[in-house]
Amino acid sequence: MKLITAIIKPFKLDDVKNALKAVGVTGITVEEVRGFGRQGGHTETYRGAEYQIDFVPKVCVRVVIDEAQADEVVDTIASAAATGKIGDGKIWVTAVERIVRIRTGEEGSDAV
Amino acid sequence: MATALVLFMTPGLAFFYGGMVRSKNMLGMLMQNIFAMGLISTIWAIIGFSIAFGGTGAFFGNFDFAWLSDVATLDGNIPGMAFVAFQMMFAVITPALITGATADRLKFGSYAVLIGIWSIIVYAPVARWVFNENGWIFEMGALDFAGGTAIHINAGVAALAVVLVIGSRRGHGTEAMPPHNLPFTMLGTGILWFGWIGFNAGSALAANGVAAQAVVNTHLAAATGMLGWLVVERIKTGHATTLGAASGAVAGLVAITPAAGFVGGVAPMIIGAIAGIGCFAALGIKAKMNWDDSLDVIAVHLVGGLIGTMLLGLFADAAVNGDTDGLFFGGGVELLKDQAIAALAVMAFSFTVTFALAQGISRTMGLRVSEEDEYVGLDQSQHAESAYTS
Repeated sequence: MKLITAIIKPFKLDDVKNALKAVGVTGITVEEVRGFGRQGGHTETYRGAEYQIDFVPKVCVRVVIDEAQADEVVDTIASAAATGKIGDGKIWVTAVERIVRIRTGEEGSDAV
Repeated sequence: MATALVLFMTPGLAFFYGGMVRSKNMLGMLMQNIFAMGLISTIWAIIGFSIAFGGTGAFFGNFDFAWLSDVATLDGNIPGMAFVAFQMMFAVITPALITGATADRLKFGSYAVLIGIWSIIVYAPVARWVFNENGWIFEMGALDFAGGTAIHINAGVAALAVVLVIGSRRGHGTEAMPPHNLPFTMLGTGILWFGWIGFNAGSALAANGVAAQAVVNTHLAAATGMLGWLVVERIKTGHATTLGAASGAVAGLVAITPAAGFVGGVAPMIIGAIAGIGCFAALGIKAKMNWDDSLDVIAVHLVGGLIGTMLLGLFADAAVNGDTDGLFFGGGVELLKDQAIAALAVMAFSFTVTFALAQGISRTMGLRVSEEDEYVGLDQSQHAESAYTS
């Protein structure tokens, strides 16, 4: 089992969700997050005074998936979330030791 | 009618300011403004009105009208009690204006003492000088229709005095402190604009042509104030902002206040536009002087009040109201000189007395909250409440 975590541009969330559904992913978890990367922050101006905003809003998408499908999911997210501009985000994959479906008690691939 | 409009300005001001502070100080700001409606109204009824409008003194009234006794004997176009009520709302909003400068760090109890005493020893006497026919500024011939000197210059310079005593917010200049809810600020601007119509038109103390002229002047000055600010802001920073639109409109309203019933034609538009541009330019003063006038009371009210008071010396038109012409209408420099004296006198008096008062409070009960209280915010530390729970 793998946990795939992707940080993407918020406006790309719908595209990513639809692309994941199309390749058979049955569930994702989404969170609004803030952070900075190479894109850095932005400035806001209030009554002529500039403020540097260091953290940019992003969306974090998490998918737990069977190992065999992991690469496909990563590629799907990468192509759906891409704009080619700085700040598109990142995707990483981590190993998952155990997974349980709470309702039925199923474990492993059955629980995904 | 106009009284109710002016009363509504104070909660309007509360939201105008409230939107600009950080979320942890929202209730603190709302409370300071709403509280002024409670405290100052009471003080005004007991003693303030009498100091401002009792007797025949040029500087100070007497106590004939204390506890609002005998006010029915006041002569005028409107019943004495109506005049008391209208002036009461002016007395309420003036100290409330100061709260914008001291945002996020003023101790609530000290605030109550500060504005309570201030309304008696600063506002009431200045209101007498300016609004009462025996007051020396009124006698001298300086014009102030609805409070350019008595309210805006007075509160603006008092704000400066308190800021000098209380010091800057912790983190001022190093931390970003952006407004937490600009939609509230926009809402407050709308309420202020609405109420200001009553503030200025009501100062005619009659439903006549002068009042109608004041309505039009007030509205146009707010409009051109907004445009003036936005144009300069767009050129200087690249964006026309919502806060800029709000600030420009208020700057225009402040500047037209002394002039509302004395000018006509294109004058209110010029006054508004100059205020919008001038107040934007004045934002630089606090940065240069390192004053933490948190919500720009000095730039908007002091500078805006000065702009309006001085421009009235140029644009006053006896054909509209009164019998004094400004420089541009053939009245010579006499009025301009009187306006300058009035402005300087109010500034000197208000600054000196307010500074001494703030020092006195600072050394006895303390003006400022502790570092920890400031960190957690006024909502929690002063009122044990939170504006936003989730």
